[in-house]
Amino acid sequence: MDFGDSPAERDFRLRLRSWLGDHNPGLPASSTDDGYWAGMADWHRTLYDAGFFAMSWPAGIGGQGLASVYEAIADQELAAAGAPPRPSLGYLVWGILEHGDDDIRARFLPGIVNGRDRWCQGFSEPDAGSDLASLRTRAERDGDDYVITGHKVWTSYSDDAQWCLLLARTDTEVPKHKGISAFALAMHQPGVQRRPLRMINGITKEFGEVVLDGARVPASNMVGKPGDGWALAMTVVSHEREPGELGYVARYGKVVKELTARVRKEPDSFDDEQRRELAWAIVETEMLRLHVCRRLSDRLDGIRHGPEGSVDKLLMTATEQTVGHAARAVGGSGLAGGDPTWVKAYLYSRAQSVMGGTSQIQRNLVARRILGLPAS
Amino acid sequence: MDVRLSTEQQALRDAVALAVDRLGPATVADLDDTGRAARLDEVVASAGWRELRTADGAGPLASGVEAAIVAEELGRGLADVAFLGPTMAAELRRLSGASQAVGPETVAFAPDLSAPARAVGTTVAVAVAVDCAGARRALVLATSDRGDVLAEVAPGRPEPPLDLTRHTSTSESAPVAFLGDRAPAIDGDALTRWTALGLALTCADLVGVMRGALSLGCEYAMQRHQYGAAIGSYQAVQHLLADAHVATEGSRSAALHAAWAVDALDGHDALAAGAVAKAYCSRAALDVCEAVIQVHGGIGNTWDCLAHVYLRRALLSTDLFGGVGPNLGRVLVHHGFGTR
Repeated sequence: MDFGDSPAERDFRLRLRSWLGDHNPGLPASSTDDGYWAGMADWHRTLYDAGFFAMSWPAGIGGQGLASVYEAIADQELAAAGAPPRPSLGYLVWGILEHGDDDIRARFLPGIVNGRDRWCQGFSEPDAGSDLASLRTRAERDGDDYVITGHKVWTSYSDDAQWCLLLARTDTEVPKHKGISAFALAMHQPGVQRRPLRMINGITKEFGEVVLDGARVPASNMVGKPGDGWALAMTVVSHEREPGELGYVARYGKVVKELTARVRKEPDSFDDEQRRELAWAIVETEMLRLHVCRRLSDRLDGIRHGPEGSVDKLLMTATEQTVGHAARAVGGSGLAGGDPTWVKAYLYSRAQSVMGGTSQIQRNLVARRILGLPAS
Repeated sequence: MDVRLSTEQQALRDAVALAVDRLGPATVADLDDTGRAARLDEVVASAGWRELRTADGAGPLASGVEAAIVAEELGRGLADVAFLGPTMAAELRRLSGASQAVGPETVAFAPDLSAPARAVGTTVAVAVAVDCAGARRALVLATSDRGDVLAEVAPGRPEPPLDLTRHTSTSESAPVAFLGDRAPAIDGDALTRWTALGLALTCADLVGVMRGALSLGCEYAMQRHQYGAAIGSYQAVQHLLADAHVATEGSRSAALHAAWAVDALDGHDALAAGAVAKAYCSRAALDVCEAVIQVHGGIGNTWDCLAHVYLRRALLSTDLFGGVGPNLGRVLVHHGFGTR
């Protein structure tokens, strides 16, 4: 049992630390400013090209085939440097890797991984949120293509994306979970209309709506077989629940570091209640970092994803929202010339208990699949 | 980095689990079965689990991780045997270079239990000997011209129990005896290290308590029926228990790190790791034990339900070396400022 670095890990850590000294792009805190998302594509490519992204993914798709624990080391160094977190797109990669055939993997994965192609995820719909399997977007066969009609929402990065990993119904005659298929859909075409969503903290670049009206996708772009869409969706959401996959330890670590610096600079301006909020943010962020170390170590045996992802999602959510409260307590209102970043970080934190599966759904999964409590 | 338990560490965990599952109290009434408790004590004694932190060359016999593995399983099984007290006494002797104890001993704490009791001159105003079953003496700190040195007091009179599984006794205005002719001195750095171990082991105990309590709560939720169905089938109850599981898992990750830090990091970083874990585990343990009482309904508020035995054990482990408040304070000090 060792939280310390092996010599190779230590070497990686020091190389990243030194590189970050020269390459921190100084972006705003994640999801508090549209400038963050505008700079993220560049950051992805820069990080990848320097060898500090996709370390644990297979070499065949542009990764380095290293142990997952390298991702935990990267998150820790990114946070310590106050650099942006790594791009959160492992869930797309794993979905395509586990369900796509060789042709699909070869055509799409390298571009996702190296950051040359931007992707979004078209799962949720206005009437299909927690009950995702009730989605109504249709894909109808027309020659070598499918024609797509429907409406997607909460489509992250839809305004920036060239590609969408889309779930659509290809069979209405079978039970709802069995009639769904997955596609790689080109976003730049006449049948795709994108509308940004403005979130409660004012950002407009992260989430969008996508209206699909006669969009076309070649049948050869189906990921998996017809009806495999639900299985792919479950792979994707299980990774979307994992802080180790998302790299959020770095996201929270950066905020905590900056809040801590504020208090250290002018300690007399902060009362005990504010300090206590900050202390909890430090404690929970550190707990999450250690929890990710534990989870990623479990994968050294090749253990893959189970219902524990819901535990991790709930721990990550609690941490983000505690950090949000600290941002509110220490960062202030942003009025009178103050920095508005912190109240935006707080407002954004409310979404974490919804996105990627609500906390209520996660608790249902923990109760039934881990604790073995009976279905109601 | 590989934070999985080694094969040997898993074997240690399994051995302790086997002992407590066989000889630990399964009901509140079992706590009165002194024959059973004596047999459990014999197993712990013969396995040498209380000697893990005695000196072995330059270091202890076993790492903080091994000691925490034992503490966690003893907590899970509500083991009514001394462990924390003798282990912390052994660590105090080791860090001060004192000879090994002759016969069982523990440590006496100040009334709020957050720090060891301290003599003024040759008496201690109040000394609370914790986890003192079988102990002949309790170690305290005294001041000499060489700084802090080790001294001892007699265990004192037994207290009405807070924790039904671990004995405490209090002495007032007790005379202290210095340890030997030239009492062993202990410096600030060593006390920091000692506190780091105390935080790690109380966290491990809390993680064990949470696991045990949660499993009791889940069993009851499956067995108790209302409105024609097991109460564990209702979301309101499921979410309470799910949150308890999540809090336990987060605690475990932080507690494991604190246990590793005891021997792997310098004293101040080990103390910070312990403080992070203790703040988190203290809050979590209270939440988990309270939720388990709630899941038991009225029964959970009766003496004969084990739920309060877990809660009481959690209260003592929380107070030892400080709970939420003192440890959030330590975290802030580590980051360059404290509370005001």
